[in-house]
Amino acid sequence: MAEMLSGGDMLIRALQDEGVEYIFGYPGGSALHIYDAIFRQQKIEHILVRHEQAATHMADGYARSTGAPGVVLVTSGPGATNAITGIATAYMDSIPMVVISGQVPSDLIGTDAFQETDMVGISRPVVKHSFMVRDAAEIPGVVKKAFHIATTGRPGPVVIDVPKDTTDPSATYAYEYPENVNLRSYKPAFAGDMDQVNRVIAELLVAKRPVFYVGGGVIQADAETSLRALVRAVNAPVASTLMGLGAYPGSDSQSLGMLGMHGTYEANMAMHEADLILALGARFDDRVTNNPDKFSPRATIVHLDVDPASVDKIIRSDIALVGDAGWVLNALWDAYQARDAERDAAAREAQQQDIAKWWQQLEQWRSAHGLNHNLQPHEGQSILPQLAIQSLYRVTKGDAFVTSDVGQHQMFAAQYYHFDEPRRWINSGGLGTMGFGLPSAMGVQMGNPESVVACVTGEGSFMMNMQELSTCLQYGLPIKIINLNNQALGMVKQWQDMQYGGRHSQSTYSDSLPDFKTLVEAFGHVGIRVSDPLELDAAMTTAFAEENKNRLVFVDVWVDPNEHVYPMAIKGGAMNDMILSRPQEAAS
Amino acid sequence: MRSILAVLLENEPGALSRVVGLFAQRNYNIESLTVAPTEDTTLSRLTLTTSGDQEKITQIMKQLDKLVEVVQVVDLCKAEHVERELLLIKVRAEGAARAEIKRSADVFRGQIVDVTAQTYTIQLVGPSAKLDAFVRAIDDSGVNATILEVVRSGVSGVGRGNHILAL
Ligand SMILES: Cc1ncc(C[n+]2csc(CCOP(=O)(O)OP(=O)(O)O)c2C)c(N)n1
Ligand SMILES: [Mg+2]
Repeated sequence: MAEMLSGGDMLIRALQDEGVEYIFGYPGGSALHIYDAIFRQQKIEHILVRHEQAATHMADGYARSTGAPGVVLVTSGPGATNAITGIATAYMDSIPMVVISGQVPSDLIGTDAFQETDMVGISRPVVKHSFMVRDAAEIPGVVKKAFHIATTGRPGPVVIDVPKDTTDPSATYAYEYPENVNLRSYKPAFAGDMDQVNRVIAELLVAKRPVFYVGGGVIQADAETSLRALVRAVNAPVASTLMGLGAYPGSDSQSLGMLGMHGTYEANMAMHEADLILALGARFDDRVTNNPDKFSPRATIVHLDVDPASVDKIIRSDIALVGDAGWVLNALWDAYQARDAERDAAAREAQQQDIAKWWQQLEQWRSAHGLNHNLQPHEGQSILPQLAIQSLYRVTKGDAFVTSDVGQHQMFAAQYYHFDEPRRWINSGGLGTMGFGLPSAMGVQMGNPESVVACVTGEGSFMMNMQELSTCLQYGLPIKIINLNNQALGMVKQWQDMQYGGRHSQSTYSDSLPDFKTLVEAFGHVGIRVSDPLELDAAMTTAFAEENKNRLVFVDVWVDPNEHVYPMAIKGGAMNDMILSRPQEAAS
Repeated sequence: MRSILAVLLENEPGALSRVVGLFAQRNYNIESLTVAPTEDTTLSRLTLTTSGDQEKITQIMKQLDKLVEVVQVVDLCKAEHVERELLLIKVRAEGAARAEIKRSADVFRGQIVDVTAQTYTIQLVGPSAKLDAFVRAIDDSGVNATILEVVRSGVSGVGRGNHILAL
């Protein structure tokens, strides 16, 4: 006999049946029946944030780091609109998330009722899909569909808007959670096309200057094992997007690091000079390609994406691979081994020589203009932001989850922290959302309670969601916040230096910054401030020391405010058009 | 290049707004749009005319296909098809103009569906280009025929013969 439950109870029960561990949320009138249902159960823990935007970023960080969908619950009106930035952030980076928003009762919809907003309408351009519950009885089915859509194909956020009357405790329904979903209009590609796979291998076996261009799709699909095997077998270089860092180990010599606007010299040069580019789970974002018309003039382009609409959208591919990155990479790896075993030794030998020559070129680029990962502190100077990331990398032994915000600090973190495993580097790539770092770190810590979680932020970004320090105390989240404090909206200031004659319009506020050490102490956490490069390592070590294992520690690192992020792509140019240093910038 | 896209869509609230929203959001233009339920009431059929080069049309079709409620999309212009649009045009028709307008309507095989002492309302069915030509003919007819109202249904289309769009 099916149990009789109210709409509110069915909703929570359905989440339990989905295996949801945490709901990140904030209550309000339209959601109160649901909140009462949460109160009367133990299986799911609700995390009470201080602002709904933070709830979405927490759910997002949880999802990115664990692979499981993040779940958010907000009330109607302002609760729903506050969630929009986080939904858009998840949408741009294809993160699985289910957002449940309370809505005014069905009979008031359309009357401009108190706290009514058209959530389905407002969120429409930034969701993968959305549902409005019309009848309480459909709640279990809607939840099932929402999770299915959020987590399959190209993942993304799904909104379920729940009018208050459909969660009314006085009406009950026979609860049954559907086992399967079958949506005739939604059949995402999974298996790839073997003919295309074989065409790729044929190219790969004769390539002289191959590059693997790896994006977040490989991480989402948990496809790193076959990727790594294939890369090593071919002896190819790997250039990673901001979202793809960690799919291939960053500290490995075959990794060229990040490509694109602030990518390494060697990664961007390799892309430009390649004869074969394997774009895997990457989407030729404008921050990668620079001017698409000048993109990699000689390369044969292979594009693997689960979303057919990504293929040929910006750059026309020569061989398209539509399907799940895990499936396709496994197929590529199997086919490569089979075909490699068949080819004669001379052919293999010839290709190995070509690729060895390619590596000579790559190493030459790397040694000429690669990033210096062995920076030294200098007495009497300000701390270089890069040095702070290097210190973080060493103190955490390269093994932390690192979230970030948006700005110079984010680029320095991406450049100087080597991620050897997927899902360790968590940042808002597509939307570039300042305020993402702290709440996403909280979600990462909830999903990985035993792991070290660091948030590399800038004082500007941090102040966009710093109210969450209170949530961190409530749930005992021992995050380490590394604040690269350059007393400015540094990335904006850099653009103004480079493109607006140094006119710093609205990008500085050094005379009004809070004392972050006492600020975090007021929230009940540990604050450290460091401005001497010779004390940097000690401060970093203290932050991660055993004594602070269970404490949130905020390290306010006063860095050189004049530092710019290099390389920087030259606007309108090809990928090999980069400014590499301040003298070059001054000369151009 | 003009394209006529035929779309089968789940007949659910909000589905149409996703299609229209997609066009606005991605800066695609819609020249005309018609939609109505099909004989299977769980499905709507939508016919949409747009324009762009082949790459753009392909991208539009892929983006449409990505919408969860879209079941199928085809570009009718890719194969033999029948295209029809309905025009209702109301013109001021007085004196000598009355006969002239009626003659034009006959040439285009239009029907006069409403008559007053001052006006004719003419109905015409055909491909959009024919409707355009008729409106131009009335406009340029030289006689004193003022167009008062033009109402067009937007294009509906269907593939010829065995080109069938159904589940
Ligand atoms: C919500 C939001 N508003 C504005 C921007 C534009 N923006 C990009 S970087 C940046 C400056 C960030 O300053 P800070 O967090 O201090 O980082 P820094 O660049 O100084 O390291 C701004 C304003 C953004 N990315 N997100
Ligand atoms: Mg700053």
